[in-house]
Amino acid sequence: MYDIIIVGAGPAGMTAAVYAKRAGKSVLVLEASGYGGQIIKAAEIRNYPTEKNISGVEFATKLYEQAEALGAEFRFEKVIGIEDKGSEKLVTTVADTYTAGAVIVATGSDSRKLGIADEDKLVGRGVSYCATCDGSFFRGKNVAVAGGGSTAVDDALYLSQLAEKVYLIYRTPKLSEEGAKEKLAEHENIVLMPECGITSLNADKKLESITVKHKDGTEENLDVSGLFVAVGRVPENQNFAKLIDLNEKGYAVSGENCHTATPGIFVAGDNRVKELRQLVTAAADGAVAATEAVKYLRTL
Amino acid sequence: MAVIKVNQADFENEVLKADKPVLVDFNADWCGPCKMLGPVLEEISEQRDDVKIVSVNVDDNRELAEKYDIYSIPCIVVIKNGEEVNRHVGLIPKSAVEALIK
Ligand SMILES: Cc1cc2nc3c(=O)[nH]c(=O)nc-3n(C[C@H](O)[C@H](O)[C@H](O)COP(=O)(O)OP(=O)(O)OC[C@H]3O[C@@H](n4cnc5c(N)ncnc54)[C@H](O)[C@@H]3O)c2cc1C
Repeated sequence: MYDIIIVGAGPAGMTAAVYAKRAGKSVLVLEASGYGGQIIKAAEIRNYPTEKNISGVEFATKLYEQAEALGAEFRFEKVIGIEDKGSEKLVTTVADTYTAGAVIVATGSDSRKLGIADEDKLVGRGVSYCATCDGSFFRGKNVAVAGGGSTAVDDALYLSQLAEKVYLIYRTPKLSEEGAKEKLAEHENIVLMPECGITSLNADKKLESITVKHKDGTEENLDVSGLFVAVGRVPENQNFAKLIDLNEKGYAVSGENCHTATPGIFVAGDNRVKELRQLVTAAADGAVAATEAVKYLRTL
Repeated sequence: MAVIKVNQADFENEVLKADKPVLVDFNADWCGPCKMLGPVLEEISEQRDDVKIVSVNVDDNRELAEKYDIYSIPCIVVIKNGEEVNRHVGLIPKSAVEALIK
Protein backbone atom coordinates (compact mmCIF):
# COMPACT_ATOMS: atom_id res chain seq x y z
CA MET A 1 0.00 0.00 0.00
CA TYR A 2 1.32 3.42 -1.01
CA ASP A 3 0.15 6.82 0.17
CA ILE A 4 0.00 8.16 -3.38
CA ILE A 5 0.12 6.50 -6.78
CA ILE A 6 0.89 8.73 -9.75
CA VAL A 7 -0.13 7.57 -13.23
CA GLY A 8 2.28 8.95 -15.86
CA ALA A 9 5.91 10.04 -15.50
CA GLY A 10 5.68 13.19 -17.60
CA PRO A 11 6.52 16.65 -16.22
CA ALA A 12 3.23 16.82 -14.27
CA GLY A 13 3.54 13.35 -12.72
CA MET A 14 7.20 13.69 -11.80
CA THR A 15 6.64 17.13 -10.25
CA ALA A 16 3.78 15.65 -8.22
CA ALA A 17 6.20 12.92 -7.08
CA VAL A 18 8.71 15.54 -5.90
CA TYR A 19 6.05 17.40 -3.89
CA ALA A 20 4.52 14.23 -2.42
CA LYS A 21 7.93 12.88 -1.37
CA ARG A 22 8.86 16.21 0.21
CA ALA A 23 5.62 15.96 2.20
CA GLY A 24 6.90 12.63 3.54
CA LYS A 25 4.53 10.35 1.60
CA SER A 26 5.30 6.99 -0.01
CA VAL A 27 4.98 7.35 -3.78
CA LEU A 28 4.72 4.95 -6.71
CA VAL A 29 4.89 6.37 -10.23
CA LEU A 30 3.53 4.11 -12.98
CA GLU A 31 4.59 4.86 -16.55
CA ALA A 32 3.60 3.16 -19.80
CA SER A 33 6.72 3.96 -21.84
CA GLY A 34 9.82 5.81 -20.57
CA TYR A 35 9.95 8.75 -18.15
CA GLY A 36 9.62 12.27 -19.52
CA GLY A 37 6.38 12.28 -21.52
CA GLN A 38 6.00 14.34 -24.69
CA ILE A 39 8.85 16.69 -23.95
CA ILE A 40 11.56 14.14 -24.78
CA LYS A 41 10.77 14.83 -28.44
CA ALA A 42 11.73 18.49 -28.06
CA ALA A 43 15.25 19.31 -29.21
CA GLU A 44 15.27 22.50 -27.21
CA ILE A 45 13.22 24.20 -24.53
CA ARG A 46 13.66 27.95 -24.19
CA ASN A 47 10.74 28.98 -22.03
CA TYR A 48 11.10 27.07 -18.79
CA PRO A 49 11.97 29.46 -15.94
CA THR A 50 15.69 29.25 -15.01
CA GLU A 51 16.58 27.28 -18.17
CA LYS A 52 17.83 29.37 -21.10
CA ASN A 53 18.10 26.39 -23.41
CA ILE A 54 17.82 22.75 -22.44
CA SER A 55 16.95 19.64 -24.44
CA GLY A 56 13.78 17.73 -23.63
CA VAL A 57 15.72 14.64 -22.63
CA GLU A 58 17.97 16.60 -20.30
CA PHE A 59 14.98 18.34 -18.72
CA ALA A 60 13.17 15.02 -18.20
CA THR A 61 16.28 13.33 -16.81
CA LYS A 62 16.91 16.11 -14.29
CA LEU A 63 13.34 15.89 -13.04
CA TYR A 64 13.46 12.09 -12.91
CA GLU A 65 16.69 12.13 -10.92
CA GLN A 66 15.23 14.69 -8.53
CA ALA A 67 12.12 12.58 -7.87
CA GLU A 68 14.12 9.38 -7.56
CA ALA A 69 16.66 10.91 -5.17
CA LEU A 70 13.76 11.92 -2.92
CA GLY A 71 12.65 8.28 -2.83
CA ALA A 72 9.85 8.06 -5.38
CA GLU A 73 9.49 4.54 -6.78
CA PHE A 74 9.06 4.15 -10.56
CA ARG A 75 7.61 1.16 -12.37
CA PHE A 76 7.28 0.99 -16.13
CA GLU A 77 3.85 -0.56 -16.52
CA LYS A 78 0.83 0.84 -18.33
CA VAL A 79 -2.19 1.50 -16.10
CA ILE A 80 -5.36 0.00 -17.48
CA GLY A 81 -7.84 0.86 -14.75
CA ILE A 82 -8.48 2.42 -11.37
CA GLU A 83 -11.08 1.19 -8.89
CA ASP A 84 -12.43 3.43 -6.16
CA LYS A 85 -12.92 1.61 -2.84
CA GLY A 86 -13.32 4.82 -0.82
CA SER A 87 -10.26 5.14 1.39
CA GLU A 88 -8.36 2.75 -0.88
CA LYS A 89 -7.84 3.01 -4.62
CA LEU A 90 -6.83 -0.06 -6.62
CA VAL A 91 -4.64 0.72 -9.58
CA THR A 92 -4.31 -2.07 -12.14
CA THR A 93 -1.48 -2.21 -14.65
CA VAL A 94 -0.67 -4.68 -17.39
CA ALA A 95 1.48 -6.52 -14.82
CA ASP A 96 -0.06 -6.09 -11.35
CA THR A 97 -2.50 -4.29 -9.04
CA TYR A 98 -1.32 -1.68 -6.53
CA THR A 99 -3.15 0.07 -3.70
CA ALA A 100 -2.94 3.67 -2.57
CA GLY A 101 -4.85 6.18 -0.46
CA ALA A 102 -4.85 8.73 -3.27
CA VAL A 103 -4.19 8.67 -7.01
CA ILE A 104 -3.00 11.43 -9.32
CA VAL A 105 -3.77 10.88 -13.00
CA ALA A 106 -1.10 12.70 -15.02
CA THR A 107 -1.40 10.87 -18.31
CA GLY A 108 -0.97 13.87 -20.60
CA SER A 109 -1.98 13.58 -24.23
CA ASP A 110 -1.09 11.70 -27.37
CA SER A 111 -1.24 12.59 -31.07
CA ARG A 112 -4.69 12.31 -32.60
CA LYS A 113 -4.97 9.66 -35.29
CA LEU A 114 -6.74 10.14 -38.60
CA GLY A 115 -8.62 6.92 -38.03
CA ILE A 116 -7.98 5.40 -41.46
CA ALA A 117 -7.44 1.68 -42.08
CA ASP A 118 -3.83 0.49 -41.60
CA GLU A 119 -2.76 3.77 -40.00
CA ASP A 120 -1.36 2.03 -36.90
CA LYS A 121 0.36 -0.65 -38.96
CA LEU A 122 2.17 1.97 -41.04
CA VAL A 123 3.62 3.96 -38.15
CA GLY A 124 7.37 3.85 -38.76
CA ARG A 125 6.69 2.72 -42.32
CA GLY A 126 5.66 6.08 -43.67
CA VAL A 127 3.05 7.37 -41.23
CA SER A 128 4.41 9.77 -38.62
CA TYR A 129 3.09 12.16 -35.99
CA CYS A 130 6.30 14.18 -35.58
CA ALA A 131 7.82 16.01 -38.56
CA THR A 132 10.91 17.23 -36.70
CA CYS A 133 11.56 13.68 -35.43
CA ASP A 134 11.12 11.73 -38.66
CA GLY A 135 11.44 14.32 -41.45
CA SER A 136 15.06 13.52 -42.24
CA PHE A 137 14.11 10.02 -43.44
CA PHE A 138 12.16 11.56 -46.30
CA ARG A 139 14.92 13.60 -47.92
CA GLY A 140 14.20 13.98 -51.63
CA LYS A 141 10.89 12.12 -51.43
CA ASN A 142 7.27 13.24 -51.75
CA VAL A 143 5.34 13.63 -48.52
CA ALA A 144 1.94 14.81 -47.33
CA VAL A 145 0.90 16.63 -44.20
CA ALA A 146 -2.64 16.18 -42.89
CA GLY A 147 -4.10 19.07 -40.92
CA GLY A 148 -5.03 22.74 -41.23
CA GLY A 149 -3.79 24.15 -37.94
CA SER A 150 -0.54 25.87 -37.03
CA THR A 151 1.32 22.62 -36.32
CA ALA A 152 0.47 21.31 -39.79
CA VAL A 153 1.66 24.57 -41.37
CA ASP A 154 4.92 24.47 -39.39
CA ASP A 155 5.39 20.82 -40.38
CA ALA A 156 4.87 21.62 -44.06
CA LEU A 157 7.40 24.47 -43.90
CA TYR A 158 9.93 22.27 -42.12
CA LEU A 159 9.47 19.37 -44.53
CA SER A 160 9.71 21.62 -47.59
CA GLN A 161 13.44 21.98 -46.85
CA LEU A 162 13.95 18.22 -46.97
CA ALA A 163 11.35 16.66 -49.21
CA GLU A 164 10.91 16.94 -52.96
CA LYS A 165 7.24 17.90 -52.72
CA VAL A 166 4.92 18.52 -49.78
CA TYR A 167 1.13 18.25 -50.09
CA LEU A 168 -0.75 20.01 -47.30
CA ILE A 169 -4.17 18.40 -47.03
CA TYR A 170 -6.95 19.92 -44.93
CA ARG A 171 -10.72 19.68 -44.70
CA THR A 172 -11.55 23.35 -44.28
CA PRO A 173 -11.62 25.92 -47.11
CA LYS A 174 -9.01 28.01 -45.28
CA LEU A 175 -6.05 27.44 -43.00
CA SER A 176 -6.77 28.54 -39.44
CA GLU A 177 -3.56 30.51 -38.95
CA GLU A 178 -3.49 34.15 -40.09
CA GLY A 179 -0.92 34.72 -42.85
CA ALA A 180 -0.16 31.01 -43.27
CA LYS A 181 -1.08 30.90 -46.93
CA GLU A 182 1.38 33.68 -47.78
CA LYS A 183 4.17 32.01 -45.79
CA LEU A 184 3.57 28.69 -47.56
CA ALA A 185 3.39 30.33 -50.99
CA GLU A 186 7.06 31.29 -50.70
CA HIS A 187 7.91 27.62 -51.04
CA GLU A 188 7.39 26.32 -54.55
CA ASN A 189 7.38 22.68 -53.50
CA ILE A 190 4.37 23.01 -51.16
CA VAL A 191 1.00 22.18 -52.72
CA LEU A 192 -2.11 23.28 -50.82
CA MET A 193 -5.10 20.96 -50.96
CA PRO A 194 -8.06 22.60 -49.20
CA GLU A 195 -11.40 20.86 -48.68
CA CYS A 196 -9.85 17.44 -49.11
CA GLY A 197 -9.95 14.31 -46.99
CA ILE A 198 -7.66 11.30 -47.01
CA THR A 199 -9.66 8.18 -47.70
CA SER A 200 -7.03 5.48 -47.88
CA LEU A 201 -3.39 4.66 -47.27
CA ASN A 202 -1.94 2.49 -49.99
CA ALA A 203 0.98 0.37 -48.95
CA ASP A 204 2.78 -2.82 -49.56
CA LYS A 205 5.42 -3.05 -46.85
CA LYS A 206 5.62 0.71 -46.60
CA LEU A 207 3.48 3.66 -47.62
CA GLU A 208 3.42 4.10 -51.40
CA SER A 209 0.55 6.51 -51.96
CA ILE A 210 -2.57 8.01 -50.40
CA THR A 211 -6.01 8.51 -51.87
CA VAL A 212 -7.47 11.96 -51.44
CA LYS A 213 -11.10 12.87 -51.94
CA HIS A 214 -11.96 16.36 -53.14
CA LYS A 215 -15.07 18.36 -52.18
CA ASP A 216 -16.78 17.45 -55.47
CA GLY A 217 -16.35 13.76 -54.71
CA THR A 218 -13.54 13.05 -57.16
CA GLU A 219 -10.67 10.97 -55.88
CA GLU A 220 -6.98 11.32 -56.60
CA ASN A 221 -3.94 9.22 -55.81
CA LEU A 222 -0.85 11.02 -54.56
CA ASP A 223 2.46 9.17 -54.67
CA VAL A 224 4.00 9.89 -51.27
CA SER A 225 6.31 7.86 -49.06
CA GLY A 226 5.50 9.87 -45.97
CA LEU A 227 2.31 11.08 -44.34
CA PHE A 228 2.70 13.45 -41.41
CA VAL A 229 -0.46 13.62 -39.34
CA ALA A 230 -0.92 16.92 -37.48
CA VAL A 231 -4.55 16.97 -36.45
CA GLY A 232 -4.15 17.82 -32.78
CA ARG A 233 -3.75 15.81 -29.61
CA VAL A 234 -6.08 13.69 -27.52
CA PRO A 235 -5.98 13.44 -23.73
CA GLU A 236 -5.21 9.96 -22.41
CA ASN A 237 -8.20 9.73 -20.07
CA GLN A 238 -10.24 6.96 -21.71
CA ASN A 239 -9.28 4.34 -19.12
CA PHE A 240 -10.48 6.50 -16.24
CA ALA A 241 -13.70 7.92 -17.66
CA LYS A 242 -15.84 6.29 -14.94
CA LEU A 243 -14.11 8.18 -12.11
CA ILE A 244 -13.27 11.49 -13.78
CA ASP A 245 -15.71 13.86 -15.50
CA LEU A 246 -14.57 14.41 -19.06
CA ASN A 247 -15.64 17.18 -21.43
CA GLU A 248 -16.72 16.54 -25.01
CA LYS A 249 -13.09 16.49 -26.16
CA GLY A 250 -12.07 14.02 -23.48
CA TYR A 251 -10.24 16.42 -21.17
CA ALA A 252 -10.70 16.01 -17.41
CA VAL A 253 -13.03 18.66 -16.08
CA SER A 254 -11.34 20.09 -13.04
CA GLY A 255 -10.55 23.45 -11.55
CA GLU A 256 -7.23 24.91 -10.46
CA ASN A 257 -7.32 22.56 -7.42
CA CYS A 258 -7.00 19.46 -9.66
CA HIS A 259 -9.91 17.65 -7.95
CA THR A 260 -12.09 15.23 -9.92
CA ALA A 261 -15.57 13.80 -9.47
CA THR A 262 -14.06 11.13 -7.18
CA PRO A 263 -12.63 12.15 -3.79
CA GLY A 264 -9.01 11.02 -3.55
CA ILE A 265 -8.47 11.00 -7.32
CA PHE A 266 -6.75 14.05 -8.77
CA VAL A 267 -5.65 15.12 -12.26
CA ALA A 268 -2.57 17.05 -13.30
CA GLY A 269 -1.10 18.26 -16.58
CA ASP A 270 -2.10 18.27 -20.23
CA ASN A 271 -5.02 15.86 -19.75
CA ARG A 272 -6.92 18.51 -17.78
CA VAL A 273 -9.14 21.30 -19.13
CA LYS A 274 -6.94 24.38 -19.21
CA GLU A 275 -5.91 27.39 -21.28
CA LEU A 276 -2.22 26.68 -21.77
CA ARG A 277 -0.56 23.27 -22.09
CA GLN A 278 3.12 23.73 -21.37
CA LEU A 279 5.81 22.40 -19.05
CA VAL A 280 5.41 25.15 -16.53
CA THR A 281 1.65 24.65 -16.25
CA ALA A 282 2.08 20.86 -16.09
CA ALA A 283 4.60 21.29 -13.28
CA ALA A 284 2.25 23.70 -11.50
CA ASP A 285 -0.58 21.14 -11.69
CA GLY A 286 1.73 18.45 -10.32
CA ALA A 287 2.52 20.61 -7.30
CA VAL A 288 -1.13 21.46 -6.65
CA ALA A 289 -2.40 17.89 -7.15
CA ALA A 290 0.22 16.45 -4.78
CA THR A 291 -0.56 19.06 -2.13
CA GLU A 292 -4.30 18.39 -2.47
CA ALA A 293 -3.67 14.63 -2.27
CA VAL A 294 -1.68 15.08 0.93
CA LYS A 295 -4.55 17.16 2.38
CA TYR A 296 -7.02 14.45 1.36
CA LEU A 297 -4.95 11.69 3.02
CA ARG A 298 -5.26 13.56 6.33
CA THR A 299 -9.04 13.16 6.21
CA LEU A 300 -8.89 9.35 5.97
CA MET B 1 28.13 -7.98 -22.81
CA ALA B 2 27.79 -4.33 -23.71
CA VAL B 3 25.82 -2.95 -26.66
CA ILE B 4 28.08 -2.99 -29.73
CA LYS B 5 28.15 -0.15 -32.26
CA VAL B 6 28.00 -1.52 -35.79
CA ASN B 7 28.17 0.09 -39.21
CA GLN B 8 27.63 -0.80 -42.85
CA ALA B 9 31.02 -2.50 -43.10
CA ASP B 10 30.68 -4.94 -40.21
CA PHE B 11 26.88 -5.39 -40.27
CA GLU B 12 27.08 -8.65 -42.19
CA ASN B 13 29.54 -10.25 -39.80
CA GLU B 14 28.18 -8.84 -36.56
CA VAL B 15 24.48 -9.19 -37.36
CA LEU B 16 23.58 -11.32 -40.36
CA LYS B 17 26.09 -14.07 -39.56
CA ALA B 18 25.68 -13.96 -35.78
CA ASP B 19 25.17 -17.27 -34.00
CA LYS B 20 22.32 -15.92 -31.87
CA PRO B 21 19.35 -13.56 -32.29
CA VAL B 22 20.40 -9.94 -32.72
CA LEU B 23 18.45 -6.92 -31.58
CA VAL B 24 19.40 -3.98 -33.81
CA ASP B 25 18.69 -0.55 -32.34
CA PHE B 26 18.47 2.09 -35.10
CA ASN B 27 19.06 5.49 -33.51
CA ALA B 28 20.59 8.96 -33.90
CA ASP B 29 22.23 11.52 -31.67
CA TRP B 30 19.43 14.07 -32.14
CA CYS B 31 16.63 11.66 -31.21
CA GLY B 32 15.35 12.10 -27.64
CA PRO B 33 13.41 8.84 -27.30
CA CYS B 34 16.52 6.98 -28.62
CA LYS B 35 18.53 8.43 -25.76
CA MET B 36 15.96 7.13 -23.29
CA LEU B 37 15.99 3.66 -24.84
CA GLY B 38 19.80 3.40 -24.77
CA PRO B 39 20.19 2.62 -21.04
CA VAL B 40 17.33 0.07 -21.21
CA LEU B 41 19.13 -1.85 -23.97
CA GLU B 42 22.44 -1.54 -22.13
CA GLU B 43 20.82 -3.13 -19.06
CA ILE B 44 19.35 -6.03 -21.05
CA SER B 45 22.66 -6.65 -22.80
CA GLU B 46 24.44 -6.88 -19.42
CA GLN B 47 21.88 -9.36 -18.11
CA ARG B 48 21.42 -11.70 -21.05
CA ASP B 49 23.87 -13.57 -23.19
CA ASP B 50 21.32 -15.42 -25.33
CA VAL B 51 20.84 -12.31 -27.43
CA LYS B 52 23.23 -9.84 -28.97
CA ILE B 53 22.37 -6.14 -28.94
CA VAL B 54 23.85 -3.76 -31.49
CA SER B 55 23.37 -0.08 -32.20
CA VAL B 56 23.24 1.51 -35.67
CA ASN B 57 23.50 5.27 -36.08
CA VAL B 58 21.19 6.09 -39.00
CA ASP B 59 23.01 9.31 -39.93
CA ASP B 60 26.32 7.50 -40.35
CA ASN B 61 24.75 4.45 -42.00
CA ARG B 62 22.07 5.72 -44.37
CA GLU B 63 22.28 2.68 -46.64
CA LEU B 64 21.45 0.34 -43.76
CA ALA B 65 18.58 2.57 -42.65
CA GLU B 66 17.25 2.53 -46.19
CA LYS B 67 17.74 -1.20 -46.62
CA TYR B 68 15.67 -1.84 -43.49
CA ASP B 69 13.06 0.81 -44.40
CA ILE B 70 13.66 2.83 -41.27
CA TYR B 71 11.34 5.86 -41.32
CA SER B 72 11.12 6.61 -37.62
CA ILE B 73 13.45 6.03 -34.70
CA PRO B 74 14.06 4.52 -32.26
CA CYS B 75 13.37 1.39 -34.27
CA ILE B 76 14.26 -2.03 -32.94
CA VAL B 77 14.63 -4.80 -35.50
CA VAL B 78 15.16 -8.36 -34.31
CA ILE B 79 17.19 -10.48 -36.72
CA LYS B 80 17.55 -14.25 -36.55
CA ASN B 81 19.76 -16.16 -38.98
CA GLY B 82 20.03 -13.09 -41.15
CA GLU B 83 16.25 -12.59 -41.39
CA GLU B 84 14.06 -9.96 -39.77
CA VAL B 85 11.65 -11.66 -37.35
CA ASN B 86 10.26 -8.73 -35.38
CA ARG B 87 10.29 -4.97 -35.17
CA HIS B 88 9.06 -2.13 -33.00
CA VAL B 89 9.03 1.63 -33.55
CA GLY B 90 9.13 4.01 -30.58
CA LEU B 91 10.21 4.07 -26.95
CA ILE B 92 9.07 1.08 -24.90
CA PRO B 93 9.90 -0.19 -21.40
CA LYS B 94 12.28 -3.06 -20.71
CA SER B 95 9.58 -5.72 -20.42
CA ALA B 96 8.26 -4.83 -23.87
CA VAL B 97 11.74 -4.98 -25.40
CA GLU B 98 12.23 -8.42 -23.89
CA ALA B 99 8.90 -9.55 -25.30
CA LEU B 100 10.25 -8.76 -28.79
CA ILE B 101 13.10 -11.25 -28.38
CA LYS B 102 11.10 -14.03 -26.74
C1 LIG C 1 7.66 18.35 -29.77
C2 LIG C 1 7.16 19.06 -28.55
C3 LIG C 1 7.82 20.21 -28.10
C4 LIG C 1 7.39 20.88 -26.96
N1 LIG C 1 8.08 21.98 -26.55
C5 LIG C 1 7.72 22.62 -25.40
C6 LIG C 1 8.48 23.74 -24.92
O1 LIG C 1 9.48 24.16 -25.52
N2 LIG C 1 8.09 24.33 -23.75
C7 LIG C 1 6.99 23.90 -23.04
O2 LIG C 1 6.71 24.46 -21.98
N3 LIG C 1 6.25 22.84 -23.49
C8 LIG C 1 6.58 22.20 -24.64
N4 LIG C 1 5.83 21.12 -25.10
C9 LIG C 1 4.61 20.74 -24.33
C10 LIG C 1 4.97 19.89 -23.11
O3 LIG C 1 5.78 18.81 -23.53
C11 LIG C 1 3.71 19.36 -22.42
O4 LIG C 1 2.88 20.43 -22.06
C12 LIG C 1 4.05 18.55 -21.19
O5 LIG C 1 4.91 17.47 -21.51
C13 LIG C 1 2.81 18.01 -20.49
O6 LIG C 1 3.19 17.23 -19.41
P1 LIG C 1 2.24 16.10 -18.80
O7 LIG C 1 3.03 15.48 -17.69
O8 LIG C 1 0.93 16.69 -18.46
O9 LIG C 1 1.95 15.07 -19.97
P2 LIG C 1 2.90 14.19 -20.92
O10 LIG C 1 4.17 14.88 -21.17
O11 LIG C 1 2.03 13.83 -22.06
O12 LIG C 1 3.22 12.89 -20.05
C14 LIG C 1 2.24 11.93 -19.76
C15 LIG C 1 2.91 10.60 -19.45
O13 LIG C 1 1.91 9.67 -19.03
C16 LIG C 1 2.16 8.43 -19.64
N5 LIG C 1 0.90 7.67 -19.70
C17 LIG C 1 -0.19 7.93 -20.48
N6 LIG C 1 -1.16 7.01 -20.27
C18 LIG C 1 -0.66 6.15 -19.33
C19 LIG C 1 -1.18 4.99 -18.69
N7 LIG C 1 -2.41 4.52 -18.97
N8 LIG C 1 -0.41 4.35 -17.78
C20 LIG C 1 0.84 4.81 -17.48
N9 LIG C 1 1.39 5.91 -18.06
C21 LIG C 1 0.64 6.57 -18.97
C22 LIG C 1 2.73 8.77 -20.99
O14 LIG C 1 3.47 7.68 -21.52
C23 LIG C 1 3.59 9.98 -20.67
O15 LIG C 1 4.90 9.61 -20.31
C24 LIG C 1 6.24 20.43 -26.23
C25 LIG C 1 5.57 19.28 -26.68
C26 LIG C 1 6.01 18.60 -27.82
C27 LIG C 1 5.27 17.38 -28.29
